[in-house]
Amino acid sequence: MSLAETEQPLLIAEGLTKYYGRQLGCRDASFELYEGEVMAVVGESGSGKSTLLQLLSGQNEPSAGRVLYRMRDGSLADLWSLSEPMRRLLYRTDWGFVHQDPQLGLRMGVSAGGNVGERLMAVGWRNYGDIRDVATDWLGRVEIPQERIDDTPRTYSGGMRQRLQIARNLVTSPRLIFMDEPTGGLDVSVQARLLDLLRRIVSEMRLAAIVVTHDLAVARLLSNRIMVMKGGAVIEAGLTDQVLDDPHEPYTQLLVSSILPA
Amino acid sequence: MPALELSAVTKTFTMHLQGGLRLPVLNDVTFAVAPGQCVALTGPSGAGKSSILKLIYGNYRCDEGRILVRAGDSVVDVASAEPRQILSVRQTSLGYVTQFLRAVPRVSALDIVAEPLVGKGVAREEATVRAGDMLRRFNVPERLWSLPPATFSGGEQQRINLARGLLPEHPILLLDEPTASLDAHNRAVVVELVHERKAQGTAIVAIMHDDDVREAVADINVDVTQFAIAA
Repeated sequence: MSLAETEQPLLIAEGLTKYYGRQLGCRDASFELYEGEVMAVVGESGSGKSTLLQLLSGQNEPSAGRVLYRMRDGSLADLWSLSEPMRRLLYRTDWGFVHQDPQLGLRMGVSAGGNVGERLMAVGWRNYGDIRDVATDWLGRVEIPQERIDDTPRTYSGGMRQRLQIARNLVTSPRLIFMDEPTGGLDVSVQARLLDLLRRIVSEMRLAAIVVTHDLAVARLLSNRIMVMKGGAVIEAGLTDQVLDDPHEPYTQLLVSSILPA
Repeated sequence: MPALELSAVTKTFTMHLQGGLRLPVLNDVTFAVAPGQCVALTGPSGAGKSSILKLIYGNYRCDEGRILVRAGDSVVDVASAEPRQILSVRQTSLGYVTQFLRAVPRVSALDIVAEPLVGKGVAREEATVRAGDMLRRFNVPERLWSLPPATFSGGEQQRINLARGLLPEHPILLLDEPTASLDAHNRAVVVELVHERKAQGTAIVAIMHDDDVREAVADINVDVTQFAIAA
């Protein structure tokens, strides 16, 4: 337990609340996330899970509450007290964001190698050969054939685009990655490959991750913790296998019992 | 000092989809397991034997009582611990062989067995070698090692599950029907391994319907019907 007790949280959410006008998006969400932890946020459309992800990742300013993030120097920073350039730097280096739609996370007119290399250039890499080597290595890690490095993602399949988006996000060795329905819209066999890849990379890099999904099988495979949201509020949270195998709240029981056996 | 101690553990399921139906399963579960000791849970199906193992592993949440697990130099109450404390206990101290293997798409049998060792910090190469040794012990043919076990027979899946659960040599081990779909030869392998683990000081809680196996390995039988809630 020594490790677990001495470690400090990487991200702290305190009472995160968001109103869109008078419409509630998310109410009073609080939790701590540690290095290497993968947390799933599940719930139906409109439950507030995407709003929560936007608040946590600094894309949307909360109406109340705050997000604290442990910087690489060990200090704890309030996300919305940071200057805009600092927030953007965090976003480009220490964080990753995998969108459900790869077109939002990729530059569709730029080659695959350029997509990956761009994140490196943003953190100061200048040597073309080095950048290309690292990009090639990362394409291999996400199982994209090397000879496709100069093609644009327009020529890629949906599954390849999603894997390229992951490579682009992970090339700067972020500590925290946000994923919004990362397997949404993919065929089942393509999903399995992507999930296996994500699971392996996340554990090898000891990444912390917050994964929004409506798919409980994805949550079970990828995450070790889970939060269930309904009507903008977190109604149940805990270990993933515990919440899915012994759900307490009526809505969670409904969700779990609604899965069709394969 | 016991490796594992349950005191006054209570578990009731509330089924909200059935109009809030309450199913009391366990009441006042109290027993302890010393290092090197094997406790067998006995009783008919539905008595709550598997539920006790799930409570110890933190897979089910405990309503009342304490579940003290010794993890290294400290003791963790699984009934009240934070998720990451439970994860850490599982990684270092608590092994659980379930009745059925939960196969992950695309992951090979060898990697499934090696994974808990890697999680414990053993280098992947060494973990893979040791996983192979364990699979060989359970007579899993080498041609199957690189395949994902989703299509394997029930007996093969159970042996992979056993190899995965026994390999990390956790000081506390939970076994749920480890020999249910095994032939006599492989049952003997399980008995032999359980004896080895006991000799190393592993505390074991097991559910075994096979009387011969149970008599061969158990030091104490705990009759789970005593924890039933009086109707």
